[in-house]
Amino acid sequence: MNWILLLEQTLNGFQFGILLFLLAAGLTLIFGIMDLINLAHGSLYMMGAYFAATFTQWTDSFLLGAMLALLASMLFGVILEVIALRTLYTRSHLDQVLATFGLILFLNEFVRLIWGPIGLDIPLPDVLNGSLELFFGIRYPAFRLAIIAVGIAVAFLLYLLVSHTKIGMLIRAGASNRQMVSALGVNINLLYTIVFGLGAALAGLAGLMAAPIMTVEIGMGEGILMITFVVIVIGGVGSIRGAFVAALLVGFIDTVGRSFLPDILGLFVSNDFADTAAPAISSMLIYVLMAIILAIRPQGLFPPKGA
Amino acid sequence: MNWSPRTAFITLLMIGLGAVPLIADGIDEPFYTVMFSRMLILSIGAVSLNLILGYGGMVSFGHAVYLGIGSYMVGIGTIHAIEDGIEWMGNGFIHFAVSIVFSALVGFVIGAISLRTRGVYFIMITLAFSQMFYFVAVGNEKYGGDDGLSLYMRSDFNGLFDISNDNTLYYLNFVILLASLYVSHRIINSRFGMMIRGAKSNEQRMASIGFPVFRYRLTAFVIAGTICGMAGVLSANQTEFVNPSVMHWTRSGDLIIMIVLGGLGTLFGPVIGAVAFLFLEEFLSGITEYWQLIFGPMLVLVVIFARGGIDGMLVLLDGWWNRYSLKNKA
Repeated sequence: MNWILLLEQTLNGFQFGILLFLLAAGLTLIFGIMDLINLAHGSLYMMGAYFAATFTQWTDSFLLGAMLALLASMLFGVILEVIALRTLYTRSHLDQVLATFGLILFLNEFVRLIWGPIGLDIPLPDVLNGSLELFFGIRYPAFRLAIIAVGIAVAFLLYLLVSHTKIGMLIRAGASNRQMVSALGVNINLLYTIVFGLGAALAGLAGLMAAPIMTVEIGMGEGILMITFVVIVIGGVGSIRGAFVAALLVGFIDTVGRSFLPDILGLFVSNDFADTAAPAISSMLIYVLMAIILAIRPQGLFPPKGA
Repeated sequence: MNWSPRTAFITLLMIGLGAVPLIADGIDEPFYTVMFSRMLILSIGAVSLNLILGYGGMVSFGHAVYLGIGSYMVGIGTIHAIEDGIEWMGNGFIHFAVSIVFSALVGFVIGAISLRTRGVYFIMITLAFSQMFYFVAVGNEKYGGDDGLSLYMRSDFNGLFDISNDNTLYYLNFVILLASLYVSHRIINSRFGMMIRGAKSNEQRMASIGFPVFRYRLTAFVIAGTICGMAGVLSANQTEFVNPSVMHWTRSGDLIIMIVLGGLGTLFGPVIGAVAFLFLEEFLSGITEYWQLIFGPMLVLVVIFARGGIDGMLVLLDGWWNRYSLKNKA
């Protein structure tokens, strides 16, 4: 086995896990507090990427474009919440699924109308367009390292926000008993809007960071949304800590599985069979992981307390 | 029989569906036979999903998996029949039998895992599993991978009937739709069906009366899967093409939309919904290329305002009709 490749793929898995975490954290917050299952969360990721593409072009600077895109994603999420999603909080999960499914159709078509059907490519920012030498002469792309750094910083800030600020206290209180929080005089609608905006900003951040390393295209949010669901189910719905651990786990297994499964399978069966079966099997890995974890702990690894 | 507007509408719809090939041939537009054939096939899928979603309250977001299984059984069988000359693999009865067995197996595994959970977990897990099968099909290069398989012949039914004729295939679809409606009618009015419906409104109560809720639900889940697997066999024959997108998660979403549009938890609701859905798609995509720009918000509005779907409106019409006829009698 090639150890340098393994290390590189581990870092790739880590970086993918970070993106998954940004999506999962928002989704799980929104679910934990508003009891809303939002299929359109992946569309917010897509919007983040498209905003970044446009603003980068306007400002000629990725960093400036990213800032603007982050703000735009948050604003977009808030508008979406106020116009459409607010009425869904008290509805059944089926209604929520259908309405947000309708939103996905709308947003995909909307993007096709505005940005056209062809995918966009965002050039890497010059500052980060290179690779850094880590150790033992192993080089790794700077931009991917930046994603990891930003992700960890966001995770830390999110932790501070949720467990050490007033708004975080309200968020936690809202997650365990909504009626009680609003009975105590907290403007619960405003809290909902803030949480949704936060979730949208996180999704947008994931989208804009993914934009330069993946193609910005219609429907880009849906594939990753499914994996985010797996992350949330594994981590425990409503738990940010669970989302973090599960996101890194899933990111690692998915990435490393895809690149090493053909070799591993080749040890046991003929190479021909391994080469044809490996792509199919490696895409099953995370779902099998989910099935196993659910069989042992149906409520996920870190179910939120008091829920 | 009491001819309320609702009964009249549903009877007319079913008679109309039965007459489609005759009318299409009459006006020399065979295209309509193919279009309505699609409606029938998706109706079968929607009827089967309605069993667990409408009556059982299990929001399965992965029902298109069985469409995929049925389709791929036909696709794989037909490819081997053509390329390797293995004649029995092109046989339609075998296609149906194998699809039923595989759908039941997959339904059993997915159900056994996902039915241990509730609510939003259940939605996400069924969705994730269906996506897993989708990716397996995409990754399986031997059977076409992402590009899918083009089938150069339809399933062979030992010369009993020949579905290479579009009209014959239409009536095969129609008969299977009627059969699945009959089966669901029998199921939902049986003791088993009562139990499933009871568990939807109050699971704890059913369990405390002594019903093994999990086992009953799993059985319903498997039955729904096998019926939808048959729809998959028909769908592959209809389009003569199989690719992973038949089990893309949006397909599962479409099936749910059809049920809700037609009327959740009513016998004919899924059929009405499937017909309405495909009509809307046809109509809106005729207006603009960006038809989903209209369809998406429409869906949101239907969810927010029209909760009973089309069948719910018919029920309202019935109430109005009853009052009107009572007044006239008096």
